[in-house]
Amino acid sequence: MLGRLTWDALPHGMIASGGAVSMVLGVLVVMLVLTYFKKWKWLWQEWLTSLDPKKIGVMYAIVAGLMLLRGAVDAGMMRTQQALSTGNSHGILSSDHFQQVFSAHGTIMIFFVAMGLVFAVMNLIIPLQIGARDVAFPFLNSVSFWLFVAGMMLMNISLIIGEFSPAGWLAYPPLSEVAYSPGVGVDYWIWALQIAGIGSLLSGVNFLVTIIKMRAPGMTLMKMPIFVWSCLGSLTLILFAFPILTATLALLALDRLLGMHFFTSELGGNPMMYINLIWAWGHPEVYILVLPAFGIFSEIVPTFSGKKLFGYTSMVWAIAAITFLSFTVWLHHFFTMGAGANVNAFFGIMTMIIAVPTGVKVFNWLFTMYRGRIRFTTPMLWFMGFVTTFTIGGVTGVLMAVPAIDFQVHNSLFLVAHFHNMIIGGVVFGMFAGLTYWWPKFTGFTLNETLGKWAFACWLIGFLLAFMPLYALGLMGATRRLDHYDASLGWQPLFIVAAIGVAIIGLGVALQLTQFGYSIWKRKENRVTGDPWNGRTLEWSTTSPPPFYNFATTPHVAERDAFWAVKQAGKTTLAPAENIYLPKNTGAGIIIAAFAFIGGFAIIWHIWWLLVLGLIGILVSLIVRLSQDEVEYVVTASEVAKLETQRRKQPA
Amino acid sequence: MSNTATPTTHLPHDTTAKAAFGFWVYLMTDLVLFATLFATYAVLRNNTASGPAGKDIFDMPYVLVETMLLLTSSFVAGLAMLAVYKKQKNLVLALLVVTFLLGAGFLGMELYEFNHLVQEGHSWRISAFLSAFFTLVGTHGLHILSGLTWLAVLMGQVIRKGITMHTTRRLMLFSLFWHFLDIVWIFIFTIVYLMGVA
Amino acid sequence: MGRKYKLFILALLVIGAGLLTLIVMHRNNFAVLNPEGTIAAQQRNLLVFAAGLSLVVVIPVFILVFHIAWKYRANNTKATYMPDWSGSRKLEFVWWGIPLVLITILAVITWQSSHALDPYKPLASTKKPITIQVVALDWKWLFLYPEQRIATVNYIAFPEKTPVNLKITSDAPMNSLWIPKLGGQVYAMAGMQTQLHLMADKEGVYNGSSANISGEGFAGMTFKARSSSASNFTEWVHDVQQSSKTLTDAEYTRLAKPSKNNPESFYASYESGLYDTIMMKYMMHGGAHNGHMSHELAEGTSHETMRH
Repeated sequence: MLGRLTWDALPHGMIASGGAVSMVLGVLVVMLVLTYFKKWKWLWQEWLTSLDPKKIGVMYAIVAGLMLLRGAVDAGMMRTQQALSTGNSHGILSSDHFQQVFSAHGTIMIFFVAMGLVFAVMNLIIPLQIGARDVAFPFLNSVSFWLFVAGMMLMNISLIIGEFSPAGWLAYPPLSEVAYSPGVGVDYWIWALQIAGIGSLLSGVNFLVTIIKMRAPGMTLMKMPIFVWSCLGSLTLILFAFPILTATLALLALDRLLGMHFFTSELGGNPMMYINLIWAWGHPEVYILVLPAFGIFSEIVPTFSGKKLFGYTSMVWAIAAITFLSFTVWLHHFFTMGAGANVNAFFGIMTMIIAVPTGVKVFNWLFTMYRGRIRFTTPMLWFMGFVTTFTIGGVTGVLMAVPAIDFQVHNSLFLVAHFHNMIIGGVVFGMFAGLTYWWPKFTGFTLNETLGKWAFACWLIGFLLAFMPLYALGLMGATRRLDHYDASLGWQPLFIVAAIGVAIIGLGVALQLTQFGYSIWKRKENRVTGDPWNGRTLEWSTTSPPPFYNFATTPHVAERDAFWAVKQAGKTTLAPAENIYLPKNTGAGIIIAAFAFIGGFAIIWHIWWLLVLGLIGILVSLIVRLSQDEVEYVVTASEVAKLETQRRKQPA
Repeated sequence: MSNTATPTTHLPHDTTAKAAFGFWVYLMTDLVLFATLFATYAVLRNNTASGPAGKDIFDMPYVLVETMLLLTSSFVAGLAMLAVYKKQKNLVLALLVVTFLLGAGFLGMELYEFNHLVQEGHSWRISAFLSAFFTLVGTHGLHILSGLTWLAVLMGQVIRKGITMHTTRRLMLFSLFWHFLDIVWIFIFTIVYLMGVA
Repeated sequence: MGRKYKLFILALLVIGAGLLTLIVMHRNNFAVLNPEGTIAAQQRNLLVFAAGLSLVVVIPVFILVFHIAWKYRANNTKATYMPDWSGSRKLEFVWWGIPLVLITILAVITWQSSHALDPYKPLASTKKPITIQVVALDWKWLFLYPEQRIATVNYIAFPEKTPVNLKITSDAPMNSLWIPKLGGQVYAMAGMQTQLHLMADKEGVYNGSSANISGEGFAGMTFKARSSSASNFTEWVHDVQQSSKTLTDAEYTRLAKPSKNNPESFYASYESGLYDTIMMKYMMHGGAHNGHMSHELAEGTSHETMRH
């Protein structure tokens, strides 16, 4: 009846139970608060069923933020373990639990934090920057988001029911095959990612069409804000890379469920093929994440330097080059597999070539600042942190691109330090910069600068302390993912420093939470109107927060930095309002995702009747929704005009 | 922001162009998915372990009949689209029924072939080659199944609502999908079956 | 500059100095930077050279970043302000060009070093190489000496200044064999044979480990690699040959079962054909590619390098 689900699936041991209990308590408290303040209906009508990309973007950011907290706790547990577990001490976690923790950390940080933040920013900013009122397929957008949430919930429910994968964040076979990992852990990994990944793929289609088809009149491709260009690069990569992930996960699932032999060691299976396929997705994935971060910095640097972006055309070509090259380098993740010298050298050289367009971007940012008037607000500080740490990461990346060097640092903590340099220094700093920069756009007030600067200081110092020692440890021969090491190796002092670094990053996160709370509390002091930073692009031309229809009249674009040009020319007269078509809210997205969650849970635990139920649920809700004809409503021109006069009259 | 001309949009809001482009982009991602499965099949096709190779199990005349069913189904779907543009509701329905029956025939034959192979002891558990074969062909079959379900729903809509802007758009997307599956099948027929027996 | 910024930069400098001190204090632990093998030494030199080359870009970038940030800060109203200056063919040519030149240099070095330091390439030496077959098990390393007919677990010995030809496979999930002081790592995969050629410059005992996660006990998959004088090595082989344990099929079956933190152990002999049996276990039903391999094994020829 319940497949392989028994009472044994509940957590054992203090730390595991602690995690489960705190999660359950957290959910209960939120539910109680909602009930007490009678907010369920409001939540459902205003948020959960909303097709407004601004609201969906906020929800992405909230989910990603919560997941960042969990991923950070995992990181803290890992480094605590490694700081303690040497010689006779075995630290706080068992080997198996430690392996689940680092697998969860990697999976959460990439799929549910980094991807979540990227989609948050895309939802919030792309429509506004291209002068559109919505995305191309609003309902699909809701489905994507809720599938992301369903994947996230599956991932997290493994804390309470069963276990998570101990096979690393990419679950290489044959370790991840039934022969070596018979439990539900790897299945949780597969289905959480499969469901979230399909959501990402659909988002990729949606936003690509949005950018291609919905730009404001006059906005040719070469007049698009550079952030939109970087998203276009990222989305193109999603369209080519995510289907590979979907197929690869499905094949691993078929091996595990139906006894197929794609990646098994025996009967002709080929585990090396999995490693090729997963990196054919995995390497582009890095650029899927980092390109939007580049785009954010390309908006922030000109704004706070009071100057046009230097070398726009170069920037566009650099994005195009990175997009293309990122598909030609995947083999550098496994030079040590024994491919020949020619193959290794080819992929090594392709990898280095990516450093050229990336370097060009850095120089263009620097020369945007050159002869500017730089205001060092928090977003600009994140940029300074990014440009320095990312350069270090770039150098260590080029070193590892030389196969002969890679043999000595592959799978070591040197590698771990390198990719955290890129992901934290690049993606995370970029997203934080964007969050601070665009926060007033969606709330109407700025974040507290003092707390923001302290949070930045903690993040940067913590980052250096947490990861510079790892470069050293890697060169000492410390491999990644060790839950214990010999005392004679002399690694412990550096591991302790790294653990202190993680604690300081934790302090930075705490300061950010305080910053949000404090800024919301004191929001009256930081009220802004439309354009707090003296912005350059269209999103700043409407009020902050924007009305639900974004723009009363469709903007017409004559040049790059469209809003800057308008301000320079001094014409801000309001054109007559127009009829606006917007999608009606629908619960179909959340319902479909709920059935996907049920189906995912069922397949993990082999509860076949429940799987059938989930699939039928998805099918029926899809058919019902897609058969509806009247999915839009119209706000007439006169209503818009009335709303506009009201809004403009209010003290902003 | 100069506002020279306020674009006037007629009611109801026509989203056909966007939908067609979006659906086409989706099909490209589906193509990448199939490309991955084809690559996998190419790597594993000789890893037959102790089981049979393609030439031992493929019945070419049978597959040829299957292929003809699918190609004809696609052709009829094309005719149905022509009728849609002429708003000939009954003709549309008749042609869609033929499309459906031919597609269902194809799927039935495929399932029969799969069942036959499993009965013979050539299931997907036997070797990497058979795993790859069942998965590639089966994924196409699953697409056909979703296409048939979609078609059935659309036929219901045409009966109830007639040839409206919405049903026309949906039928157009369906026919894109159906032709796409045809193309994928041509590749399967060539790479899996023809090259398998060569 | 505000006092807080000065404090922050001071804090960064203190942390930098502290980290540097810590690193200098532990300088002898840097296995990769203190190589004692031919290959590791060349890899170290390559690492140092490539890092130096990268600094040609990095140092100017760092200077530029801080110089520009300082000079063009908003309250320095004396600095030139050109809000509409947004491009310069000449400048952009420079920063497409310089990295391209550096990468071209690095590409040439990469091409050459990939071939020169290909782990599959036998090392030139006047001495006769010693061959060791390596099997990764759950979670220990088994070493077979086909010429000496002995076997060891989690310990290998070989003479100094003599090429060591490692033939590596696995009877477990994928692992990676790494002895940092002697040279880079290579994966160990079931049904496959990879190769690694190393040579120790002097006598010493080096740490080895598995660099790729292979399950619960993987952290304990460490071993010692001892390089000794030729005579000491011969003596050691003799001692092992005289020891009591032999690696029978039954003993292998026991050994192959998952177990953690295995002690070093030694076998006076092992079942002939054990290594081939382990390889064949996964290849028997392989198909053309692997069939080619089994054909060679059947004829008893030397194992071809498996490339994929």
